[in-house]
Amino acid sequence: MNYVIIGNSAAAIGCVEGIRKVDTEGSITIISNEKYHTYSRPLISYLIYEKTDEERMKYRPDSFYEDNNVCAMLGETVTKIDAEKKTVYLESGKKVPYDKLLNATGSKPFVPPMEGLDSVENKFTFMSLDDAKALNAAINEESRVLIVGAGLIGLKCAEGIQNKVKSITVVDLADRILPSILDNDGSDIMKKHIEEYGVEFILSDSVAKFNNSVAELKSGKTVEYDIVVVAVGVRPNVELIKDAGGEVNRGIKTDERCRTSLEDVYAAGDCSESYDITVNQERILALLPNAYMQGECAGINMAGGDAVYNKAIPMNAIGFFGLHIITAGSYDGEEYVKSTENSYKKLVAKDGVLKGYILIGDIERAGIYTRMIRERISLDDIDFELIKEKPQLMAFSLKSRKKDLGGVSE
Amino acid sequence: MKRVYVNEEWCLGCHLCEYNCAFANSDLDDMTKLKGVKINPRIKIEENNSINFAVSCRHCDDPICVKSCITGALSVNDGVICIDNEKCVGCYTCVLACPFGAVMPTEDGHGVAQKCELCTKNSNKTPACVEGCPNRAIVFEER
Repeated sequence: MNYVIIGNSAAAIGCVEGIRKVDTEGSITIISNEKYHTYSRPLISYLIYEKTDEERMKYRPDSFYEDNNVCAMLGETVTKIDAEKKTVYLESGKKVPYDKLLNATGSKPFVPPMEGLDSVENKFTFMSLDDAKALNAAINEESRVLIVGAGLIGLKCAEGIQNKVKSITVVDLADRILPSILDNDGSDIMKKHIEEYGVEFILSDSVAKFNNSVAELKSGKTVEYDIVVVAVGVRPNVELIKDAGGEVNRGIKTDERCRTSLEDVYAAGDCSESYDITVNQERILALLPNAYMQGECAGINMAGGDAVYNKAIPMNAIGFFGLHIITAGSYDGEEYVKSTENSYKKLVAKDGVLKGYILIGDIERAGIYTRMIRERISLDDIDFELIKEKPQLMAFSLKSRKKDLGGVSE
Repeated sequence: MKRVYVNEEWCLGCHLCEYNCAFANSDLDDMTKLKGVKINPRIKIEENNSINFAVSCRHCDDPICVKSCITGALSVNDGVICIDNEKCVGCYTCVLACPFGAVMPTEDGHGVAQKCELCTKNSNKTPACVEGCPNRAIVFEER
């Protein structure tokens, strides 16, 4: 069997490990337009503030490709998939035939049209190792940095560069920060915390025009800058599948075995959609754990095994300047909220199960909540008063604990 | 593979496992030096009225913490789920993912995660929590 994987990040690595669970013999080829050994993309902000380095941010050991008998074609760009001929075509002119193909092409930064952006000399996006290296080389202690976008990427970038630059201003059209994972109260807590580190926010506003180191905002405010980082969002890389005739919604449409509509072609990671069980909808869950698990599921199925990925939920663990956030699921339902000076907790229940939660500050044992969402554990089977107090196995039945902790299968 | 299993009905809630864990994973030469120290063991007792039990890593066959780890710091070595503190950046995605609440932040200011590694990385060789349990409420065996 001849497996080809387009991509070299979490979904691709998950696929290799999935294939090798079932098939230790077949040939695996990874094709990536980046020249690097597989690395962890979310670590680029940690790289800038030197909590990691290029060696340690490798997602798998140096021997990974050799250990798994993978041919890694790095620095090669795929231009076309021919699903009839079962061949991928590369920019370099090479052709690579496959029996089973995984499209793990990820996403790219979305840069909306903004007047004058073309004339900005020092503008960056913040997705890849090369992006981080370029930004790191451009900043110095005199830099005034304007970040467009107060989402996960923009604020991780702010944290990464904070002690290396003179000032950081974050502008976002939304009225709160981190809107994809937090509610209003949670956003307020994080905003105040991040502001303590000198980051300035201008919300409900946007750049009307970049004009010679001055950004003129819609509100009439102005922000002086030397460096602009555009972090308004990402778009899935769906073109190869779309051009090959595969079904694409916002992301590449896949079934619970991670198959696309094209025969013997699978998709996983930020380019694809998953079925979010907390809202019963297909959506892009651009999260590293999700990418790995989709990739692994695809790999097992590509190799003739039997795997389904049917427990996808949004989930994020992220911290800014020492204050940690863990969130999962969706927030439509009955709420239980508890906040103290240093922490915030919201649990959301609907249809007799936990649907989502937000924890800020005190994040210990959050996975017990995540498990309740993922496993759709009926609230009738647990002691909800105990669960509200803190995540604990005490809230579960003795039978459940015997299984979890005592290794009793039934 | 041998794992730490819990016999909840025998647990006295004495917290000795927590102290033995903290000591085995410390640089201290004498356990009495833990007196007055706020310990952060990798095994933790839950207690409520007369029910007590210890919780530590289950070393799952299909570990979601390892799959979720964004850095590759978590890996499986001969069935033991290990953490590489050099790679870990303390994002706590493992805390988000572990269904048992058995992976936790360290409290030494380095901002990384810690978990039970069955005493494979300290001088104890077999789990210190089990050796010191007075009532066989935790055992190290195949099940």
